[in-house]
Amino acid sequence: MTDATTDTNDGMALAADGTPLKRRLAQALFRSKLRALGLVTPLLLLIFFAFLVPILVFLTRGIHNDTFEVHMPSVSVELGQWDTTSEPTEAMYAALAADLILAKETKTIGKVASRVNRELSGTRSLFTKSARKAKKLEAPFKESLVALNKKWGDIEVWKALTIASKSWTPAYLASAVDLKYNADGSFERKSEERRIHLKLFARTLEISVIVTVMGLLLGYPIAFLLSTLPARTSNLLLILVLLPFWTSLLVRTTAWIAMLQSQGVLNDLFVVFGLAADEDRFSLIYNKTGTLIAMTHILLPFMILPLYSVMKTIPPTYVRAAKSMGASDWTAFWRVYFPQSIPGIGAGGILVFILAISFYITPALVGGEDGTMISNFIDFHMRKSLNWSLAAAMGGVLLTIVLFLYYLYDKIVGIDNMKLG
Amino acid sequence: MAATISGDGSVVFDRVQKSYDGEILVVKDLNLRIEKGEFVTMLGPSGSGKSTCLMMLAGFETATHGDILLGGRPINNIPPHKRGIGMVFQNYALFPHMTVGENLSFPLEVRKMGKDEREAKVKRALDMVQMIDFIDRRPAQLSGGQQQRIALARALVFDAELVLMDEPLGALDKQLREHMQYEIKHIHENLGITVVYVTHDQSEALTMSDRVAVFDDGIIQQLSTPSVLYEKPENAFVAQFIGENNTLMGTVQSVKGKMATVKLDSGAVMDALAVNCGESGSRTTLSIRPERVTVGGKATKSSADAKVLELIYLGDHIRCRMNVHGNDDFIVKVPNAADHTHLQVGETTTVSWGKEDCRALDA
Repeated sequence: MTDATTDTNDGMALAADGTPLKRRLAQALFRSKLRALGLVTPLLLLIFFAFLVPILVFLTRGIHNDTFEVHMPSVSVELGQWDTTSEPTEAMYAALAADLILAKETKTIGKVASRVNRELSGTRSLFTKSARKAKKLEAPFKESLVALNKKWGDIEVWKALTIASKSWTPAYLASAVDLKYNADGSFERKSEERRIHLKLFARTLEISVIVTVMGLLLGYPIAFLLSTLPARTSNLLLILVLLPFWTSLLVRTTAWIAMLQSQGVLNDLFVVFGLAADEDRFSLIYNKTGTLIAMTHILLPFMILPLYSVMKTIPPTYVRAAKSMGASDWTAFWRVYFPQSIPGIGAGGILVFILAISFYITPALVGGEDGTMISNFIDFHMRKSLNWSLAAAMGGVLLTIVLFLYYLYDKIVGIDNMKLG
Repeated sequence: MAATISGDGSVVFDRVQKSYDGEILVVKDLNLRIEKGEFVTMLGPSGSGKSTCLMMLAGFETATHGDILLGGRPINNIPPHKRGIGMVFQNYALFPHMTVGENLSFPLEVRKMGKDEREAKVKRALDMVQMIDFIDRRPAQLSGGQQQRIALARALVFDAELVLMDEPLGALDKQLREHMQYEIKHIHENLGITVVYVTHDQSEALTMSDRVAVFDDGIIQQLSTPSVLYEKPENAFVAQFIGENNTLMGTVQSVKGKMATVKLDSGAVMDALAVNCGESGSRTTLSIRPERVTVGGKATKSSADAKVLELIYLGDHIRCRMNVHGNDDFIVKVPNAADHTHLQVGETTTVSWGKEDCRALDA
């Protein structure tokens, strides 16, 4: 063989000069790969520093909070050796007194107080008041601290301190799924009236699924129409589908308030046509119904567009062929057209579902009591209660749920079977 | 099948017209009778209305006027899925989400046929096109020619009496196309079905058909067997469209019986067979097939002086482009026989033909 490529004994193809062909190819492609990398680098850097890193940093807050350990170092060490059941020792009280003085001096006692207050409510003032008088404390510290405030003798306070002293803690994640993390490391379900998160996750999933299904039912015929009409008409209709994107999300949501409220357009029409009594109007907004209607409308284009782009690639001859073989209109649609549109359903469904599960503005404005979603709660903890760690933990749980559903979708339908355009 | 009405497979188009926009007729007054077991090809350039006719027959387009009869019954108001016509589409239209076997089984399933019967019929149809080994493949795993065979088998599997084919070989390479032409022809002969075939490839039409309907401008220009179509074209369009053709323009001087005397634009006078040339004084196109022209010979009223412009060596014959009476594209085929005339570019010679081979057609 005097060919440019020859097979050696081990079956590796060689280039003309004897180097392995694979290496030659890699060398030849290296420059173009380098250039391609250069072009995407700015975007990669932006995504990395402005998106991935902040998200990861924030998510770690859900399992890591070192407020107590940093500002109360001595007592944290002592608490780490405590068995959480025996009486707190004099050494622990002494360390606590020293840390209270330290925290007072560094003006961090407020942070520490609110941290512990999350574990056991009503302990905020215990900290702030004690810290003010900490300098006057004398040994034995156990007696003097209990004399200062008899709560210091309560073992529950010390358990709360123990939980707060662990910087790496599953407490927030547990709280996000309605579990209580105890000082001894065990979990228990929260009391009945405090179990709100799981219900909220379930409602969020329920709303997302309903919005996705409604979007599919409403969007499929429109996408079909768009894909079958002549180009001129379908382009016009497509602009109508895209029109909502030209107005802000806030405006669209507010428009639904005007439409759906009890003195709104729709209810007025119902009254005019005698479908509802004037004094007994439908409550269509500030509840789950309102959230569902507004979200379905807002997310509909995200369902229509992937469906349309897939349907446009299905040649009409398939349906014709089916009919020529004796299939009725319905059979031809169901057996031949529909299976080929599944990639669009998958893409549109996933897109709408993932957008819906983290929807925020619309449920916040029209959701009322039973129409709020998990993102509204995350926002509450971010801005109102300032419990960022719990917010991060809830966000983490939400992300896990989405990734798990994505995994399920891949197992059942197959992710390659999805076409976005 | 009771649900379908393809009957004995005969087709009649009775004064059929079709317009899409209410202004232009794409099919004008179509009258065509196709007998049971016939292989009829609709041949014509794109936009000539041939595909529209096929779609009307299949039921995907409705006739604007006139009746289409299938097995003697009018079918204008019968939806496509009740017509029981097999159809092979241009791009095969094999369902990509089904295997070959499921594709073939589909028309039998919608007819509510039992599983055993279905399997037997699918197997028989695949055997017919020698594709039984591919029963579990998906269409995307097949080559163009294999897909074509499957599409053919699928149109035949439910025993339709009438099968329509819409340029089924258009996407295949030349060699495969010729092979498939013979195969389709043999299947047609073996099964005795009626086939209506649409193509724009004239050699395909001539190879396969019992009769060919040449379409142009929404009407059938000529409907006859391939040999008549080639040898006795009735008008200039057919002469030009089927096979190679030399034309000379002129004016009819007189018509005597079957023969006409034509004065060419260059001033020369020719004898020609009066086919479709009108009376004296009307314009006419003289049509002469290249293979009927001989080089050399005496000057008569069926000959002309010719200047050789180009010679192309094609092995079995030499293709010679000449100037004859002002026509620079006058083609003559000189057979590569042992004693053939050796021509030189630039040389002037005489070309002649039998006077019946020069047909005076419409202008």
